[in-house]
Amino acid sequence: MRTPHDSRGAFTIWRVLLLAQLRESPVRLLVTVLAIALGVALGAAVYQVNSSALNEFGLATKRLVGEADVVVRGPREGFSELLFTRLANDAAVSEASPVLELEVALPGRRDTLKVLGVDPFRAATLQPALIGDIAGGLFALFQPNGIYLSISAAQELQLHPGDPLQVIVGSSPKTLQVIGILSEGTYSQALGLMDIASAQWTFNQIGRLNRIDLRLNPGNDVDAFRRKLGPTLPVGVLAIAPQVERDRAVTVTRAYRVNLNMLALVALWTGAFLIFSTQSLAVLRRRQSLALLRALGVTRSQLQKALVGEGAALGVVGSLLGVILGLAIAAAILRFLTGDLGNGQLRAVGASMRAASLPMFAFFLMGTVVASIGAWFPARAAAYQPPARSLKGGDGDFAVVARSSAYSGLALLIVGAALSRLPSMAGLPVFGYAAIASMLFGAVLLVPTLTVKGLGLVPRTRRIVLDTAVAQLRENVGLSTLSLASIIVSFSLMVAMAIMVHSFRTSFDHWLGRMLPADMQLREPLGNDTAYWSAADQAKLAAVPGISRLEFRRTRQLLLDPARAPVTLIARGSTAAQAAEELALVRSGKLPLPSTAAPVWISEALQDIYGYRIGDPIDLPLGGHSRRFVVAGIWRDYSRMFGSLVISRQAYLEATGDGGANEGSIWLDAGASASLVEAQLRARFARGDSFEVLTSTALRERSLQIFDRAFVITYALEAIAVIIGLTGVSFAASSTALARRAEFGMLRHIGMLRGQIIGMLASEGVLTSAFGVAYGLALGTALSLILVYVINRQSFNWSIDLAIPAWQLALLSLTLIAAAAITAIWSGRAAMSQDAVRAVREDW
Amino acid sequence: MVSLVVMPPRSAAAPFRSAAMPSYAPVTANQPLIFPVDYGSHPQFRTEWWYVTGWLTTERNESLGFQITFFRTKPDVDTANPSAFAPRQILIAHCAISDPKRGRLWQDQRIRRSGLGLAEAATGDTDVWIDRWAIKRNATAYTAKIDAEDFSFDLSLLPTQAILLNGDSGVSRKGPSPEAASYYYSLPHMRASGAISRQGSKDRVTGEAWFDHEWSSEYLDDQAVGWDWIGINLDDGAALMAFRIRGAQGEQRWAGGTLRGSDGHVQILQPTDIEFREDRRWASPRTRIAYPVQWHIRAGTREFDLEPLLDDQENDTRLSTGAIYWEGAMRAYEQRRAVGRGYLELTGYGERLKLR
Repeated sequence: MRTPHDSRGAFTIWRVLLLAQLRESPVRLLVTVLAIALGVALGAAVYQVNSSALNEFGLATKRLVGEADVVVRGPREGFSELLFTRLANDAAVSEASPVLELEVALPGRRDTLKVLGVDPFRAATLQPALIGDIAGGLFALFQPNGIYLSISAAQELQLHPGDPLQVIVGSSPKTLQVIGILSEGTYSQALGLMDIASAQWTFNQIGRLNRIDLRLNPGNDVDAFRRKLGPTLPVGVLAIAPQVERDRAVTVTRAYRVNLNMLALVALWTGAFLIFSTQSLAVLRRRQSLALLRALGVTRSQLQKALVGEGAALGVVGSLLGVILGLAIAAAILRFLTGDLGNGQLRAVGASMRAASLPMFAFFLMGTVVASIGAWFPARAAAYQPPARSLKGGDGDFAVVARSSAYSGLALLIVGAALSRLPSMAGLPVFGYAAIASMLFGAVLLVPTLTVKGLGLVPRTRRIVLDTAVAQLRENVGLSTLSLASIIVSFSLMVAMAIMVHSFRTSFDHWLGRMLPADMQLREPLGNDTAYWSAADQAKLAAVPGISRLEFRRTRQLLLDPARAPVTLIARGSTAAQAAEELALVRSGKLPLPSTAAPVWISEALQDIYGYRIGDPIDLPLGGHSRRFVVAGIWRDYSRMFGSLVISRQAYLEATGDGGANEGSIWLDAGASASLVEAQLRARFARGDSFEVLTSTALRERSLQIFDRAFVITYALEAIAVIIGLTGVSFAASSTALARRAEFGMLRHIGMLRGQIIGMLASEGVLTSAFGVAYGLALGTALSLILVYVINRQSFNWSIDLAIPAWQLALLSLTLIAAAAITAIWSGRAAMSQDAVRAVREDW
Repeated sequence: MVSLVVMPPRSAAAPFRSAAMPSYAPVTANQPLIFPVDYGSHPQFRTEWWYVTGWLTTERNESLGFQITFFRTKPDVDTANPSAFAPRQILIAHCAISDPKRGRLWQDQRIRRSGLGLAEAATGDTDVWIDRWAIKRNATAYTAKIDAEDFSFDLSLLPTQAILLNGDSGVSRKGPSPEAASYYYSLPHMRASGAISRQGSKDRVTGEAWFDHEWSSEYLDDQAVGWDWIGINLDDGAALMAFRIRGAQGEQRWAGGTLRGSDGHVQILQPTDIEFREDRRWASPRTRIAYPVQWHIRAGTREFDLEPLLDDQENDTRLSTGAIYWEGAMRAYEQRRAVGRGYLELTGYGERLKLR
């Protein structure tokens, strides 16, 4: 019955209980609070870094797209400037702005500089912010070697107005001159700005453009114009809505961001689980005090409220700490890293913190709510416990309650399995995560039943210590379940993540070995549009003594769909057969390919995202024409997440007339020195430091390092899961031991030795944790299958082969079991430090 | 002369000089102008402009001033760049309507590099255009077409008098040093007819205009900050052009002019013949620049009082020429009697006149 005094009463009891807990076990409360704080902090930090970087990135793209109604975009090698003349004369167009947008190679640098060649008079209408800043230097910009740099580009390259800037065009350096620096508010990312005529001349693109921004006269339907324009454009040139341009960067990193947020959520739920188990144990431990309160007239609802309030209080403190910690971590990441969380896709230099209060409040609320939910179950159980029985001792009806949950557990497991079969939703593995959550809960609900079944199987050994331990566990399934559940949840998640990361790393390592059969690798800066080796350069390089074979490749970007990131086209091998050599093929076509079309090998991402199958035709915009290829096979490509296509250099040359190359594999003569060959390769060019020469071993090591860096956050989460799991185990052990002081007293009374009791406790600890570990291993392996085959595949569109890190898991399992045994012994010792008589009396 | 000096600041361009820098043609005396060739563009000179100013009357008897200008400037850059976008010539157009009812100008501007058939200043005859803005000379008349943001012109301009060569046979000195000079001819008393529209409302108009064409490679010397200029179609058929170049203290560094009487007799005015005396200033509420909008002027033996059609005829061309100046329609009085109508240009009152 509710009375006006009800909530005030609950508050008083809450205060008394919480203060008592705080006095009794401050460390436990502190650790629980920290667990919640960590979960919230991770979530908040990931969110904050992502949103700041994205915001910065969005602002930058917005600046570049400016006020355009339509963006006409061609391949990097561009289209004829006649298209610009045509569009500028179109009656519906009020302003057409020609652009040459290139990723320019700089000597001695592995990254490129984005350079925009514009006609400032025309760009002034479309990118007013950008051009407004150079209004004072327009005529200086007309100097054929003049370039403006954004402030971050100037800082990165350590350049000042008047300094020369070397760029690599083809294989030779050209010198530009820095005219001025754009102010910080104009453009925050690295950028160079040139006059369109200078850009065309400098980068050997006379007559070519690769982008035209259009603004339409008022009264024109922008979408209708764009749709009408599309089919009239040359092959490979697209009319794109500016929104699509702006969103592209955001879309391509979405899967990665969602995955990180999910990991943070896992940490949060693990924290909640810790609250659940500690609160359950706290309730058990205090069952007599709670029962006494009930006997003294405290209502069920008051007691329940007070106990949930306890959890909520821990949640509030933890969440508050978490939000502060999260913001601090985010600020540090933004300050010291580039804000891409290690995946290298968002190059948002100088992204500043934009802490939005609403999301941060949401994180705070989430932590508090999750903690309250964790506390709700034990609170309810405690409130419905008949006081008389609790006053006498024993662990009550947890077992009964738990046993009935077996059916819902089974149902959840089945639901989870079914969910894992569903395809991705909007490119995100939503159902995969739902499957993991469902299976995790289902598995926990099955624990009591399985414990009983499992203990029933243990044979009698006629060894008193062991048999007592088994009997104890069997009779106290509720207690075992609680300590088991915390082990199982954290350990299974840890196992699943460890298996996934290990599988990925092993697959990646194999793949690298497969893709790098040569002794050395040679390449121009990745993703650059200006540096390459002409046929003559290639001959010069191949003639270096010590080289037995030099295979050149041409890689470039192709925009197949304006809403998606460009895919990479790789032209390798002089014949079709050679093109497929050494590719990590997943599947290849058996049927004889039609001789009319050249074969193309697509990466799994192209299969997943664009839906191509073996034998399908693909029309590629090459050299201003549409060229038909046929999918001959599907290969695995871990380095180009948005998809890649492999064709032979012969086919590429026929389509484009471009015999240039920007990558190469080198096989050395027996006994040749790699460093000598490298020195001679570099000596062939004026700026020989512009390209990279690496031994395949070094490249492999570097790739693995990058891989590990990308998974730093995952490792951090794993470590947290382990710590939470171990904490859970030790809490369970010490609470149980304390709760069983009377029992120990009785056992001592009937003649059991102190050492035997401790042995019994150790056996219980080992048995419980061994069961938990075994169960966690099985569950974790099942969850890892979902991670590997569903979540990874749907997020990144590449397959990985399952590989179990057996040693790592064995070591972790043993550590966990040993830790459980040690804490059991340790807490047993602590509990038995009182004398037996007092302990027995306490029960009466 | 009418107009702005569209010149890159020399200091900015200096560090970039290379072998293929352009050299500009000098203005030399004793080189008679030849028509129709000199109607056309002179791309070897640094700057050039075609400038139409005048008064229009609508059918509702509304008096309006108008101004259409095309500038050409040759940037000081390497000419070897084969790109079609190479900024060999920069073209700027500016146009305005002085509308007393509106209280300020209707104005718009364009700036483009020449080439690709989108903007050009042709040689051989007057034919200069940017997108759909153009001034072109036919056998009988000039046409001026402007399709601006919220107004437009479609005018025919018919010459009624002979070409008026300013200065010494068309060579007009601009300063104490003989290099500071321009080629300069005018066509006063042009008969204007056609249509204008303001925010979609169209009016048929007639009126009288003054046409200037001037080109030079060295216009202002280093100490000059701006100039005052007038071109007046006097009611009796006579025409007066006068200008003075001001120094930093507002002093008159140079002056000149041409007065053609109704009988066709041309008097070339020397610096001592010209005197500009300001009567009243008006301060722009936008830029806070105070322009002397009312003048007393002496040209040889004749003296005129000038009164603007409206005070606010401030031109903001920061997006094209880079300058803010005052240019507007005005009436001329001689001994308190209205004797003609023309245009007054005041530059360099905000800051020293220079492009960007």
